Amino acid sequence: MKKSSTRKRRPAESAGSDFWRLRLYIAGQTPNSIAAIDNLKKICEDKLRGKYRIEVVDLLEKPQLAKGDQIIAIPTLVRRLPPPVKKIIGNLSKTESVIVGLDLQPVR
Amino acid sequence: MPRAKSKVVRTSLAKAPTGIQGLDEVTGGGLPKGRVTLVCGSAGCGKSLLAMEFLVHGAVRYGEPGVCMDFEETEEKLRANVASLGFDLRELAKRKKLLVDYVAVERHEIAETGEYNLEGLFIRLSYAVKAIKAKRVVLDSIEALFSGLADSTILRAELRRLFHWLEDHKLTAVVTGEAGEHTLTRHGLEEYIADCVIALDHRVTEQISTRRLRIVKYRGTSHGTDEYPFLIDREGISVVPLTSLALTHKALIDRVSTGIPALDEMMEGKGFFRGSSVLVSGTAGTGKSSLAANFASAACARGETCLYFAFEESPSQILRNMRSVGLDLEQWVKKRLLHFHAMRPTSIGLEGHLAAIHKLIAKLRPNVVVIDPITNLVSAAGTYDVKSMLMRLVDFLKVEQITSMFTNLTFAGDPQERTAAAVSSLMDTWIVLRDSKPNGRRRRELYVLKSRGMAHSREPRELIVSKRGLELGSMLTDHRPATTVAGSGAVAATK
Repeated sequence: MKKSSTRKRRPAESAGSDFWRLRLYIAGQTPNSIAAIDNLKKICEDKLRGKYRIEVVDLLEKPQLAKGDQIIAIPTLVRRLPPPVKKIIGNLSKTESVIVGLDLQPVR
Repeated sequence: MPRAKSKVVRTSLAKAPTGIQGLDEVTGGGLPKGRVTLVCGSAGCGKSLLAMEFLVHGAVRYGEPGVCMDFEETEEKLRANVASLGFDLRELAKRKKLLVDYVAVERHEIAETGEYNLEGLFIRLSYAVKAIKAKRVVLDSIEALFSGLADSTILRAELRRLFHWLEDHKLTAVVTGEAGEHTLTRHGLEEYIADCVIALDHRVTEQISTRRLRIVKYRGTSHGTDEYPFLIDREGISVVPLTSLALTHKALIDRVSTGIPALDEMMEGKGFFRGSSVLVSGTAGTGKSSLAANFASAACARGETCLYFAFEESPSQILRNMRSVGLDLEQWVKKRLLHFHAMRPTSIGLEGHLAAIHKLIAKLRPNVVVIDPITNLVSAAGTYDVKSMLMRLVDFLKVEQITSMFTNLTFAGDPQERTAAAVSSLMDTWIVLRDSKPNGRRRRELYVLKSRGMAHSREPRELIVSKRGLELGSMLTDHRPATTVAGSGAVAATK
């Protein structure tokens, strides 16, 4: 699978299953894309503070990346870590669905 | 003036040829250019193949590169499928003629969390189209999206947008759809496609498979509503473009020999009209094949080509049998004037046979065609089917100005009318062969029951088959009517 070269992997990130790598696919600054970014940040800060990394891929700039992650819908969020890879679509406004879809454990 | 005229035609009804034999004829040149065509049918009906052929031929023959977004098959599987037709997808991709993008839609890995659209799909398609300057697009089968995405309201709006997008970009597209129970497609894709809808059908009755193609809708083009039989073989799809009941063929006035001088004599001394159709019916062993072989041989002797369809015997068997009645057919085979094509009648259905027959005729362009016998074809289908299918075949042969002979086996005591009624009205000439035992001695008799457009003899003659060949004896004055022959002519004679 193609990786965006914009990020260097830190050893700590890939080590534990406790680190979350999320990639959000958008296409331009549409209302849904902006909403998805905001919603995602909010949820991550709430549930995964300090142990997540969000990468935003704008397919208008990098259309060649759409095939690798089998992107059809926009926005699509891909949970790359921890495994298995999970995919959820939509502007992430339904927080409960995001938590279920990403299999997020509530922070204890 | 003529230039301006042709320009108008081109802009209003431009067509993108599919390169599929027969399909371009029944659609008047191909699919509507720059528009979306829906090809629908049940699983295994050949819709993906049709779509792929449209793309491959476009790329190879017509200089129109194409993109396939495949929602069902991975690139490897698709590559193998296309390779079986003799095309190398990898090579085509390298030459920037054809790109395949496998779109995986799996519901279990997609959760929906709010509003979205299918911009990702648009971006992928547009990226591929730009990469090779594509003119053609296939979406096979986009209905897979319905099983992957729960929100059908969004999906439908996006499909509408997608079809508009394709047209805005002047792409000629084929979209495939699975047949629904009461609708053309399961998810009603036909509602979005205004220009051209083609339905494929694959039926299996009594273990015989028949494939048919129907043009449901084609805006701006007159098209037959008939079902056209089609064939899938190693070279892909071929559609039989038989247009029935057109009756626009020219009637020719020149004549061809029947192969038997005495029979020519019975037909104004000249034989059959060129381009006419001849039915030879008779019970077993009355010499139908011999008559057909003589007809074929006479054509070859004139330097014409003959295509001989054998449904009962192998070519070598026919050659041997004809040698025994003084006919050397092998010389014509060697000179490539006589071409045999042997088929098992039950291997494919009537439509399949007619499709195969049509394909071979189109390839070889013979002057003369023999189908020996049609009886087996008749048994492979209902009488109605036979009539409509044969009508199309006969019509096609006439348009091509091919003289054709069909033999038909009848059974002693069995009324001839059933098959005769279905077939004979399509024929210009009907020759009846029969057995009779006037003085306890069994002999073969021949008479011309009808022959349109000529003053033919109506008297039965004895048909003598010997090592010297086929000869006709003197006129039989003592022929017994009605009891041995149940043809309409004989019935009329008794009244």
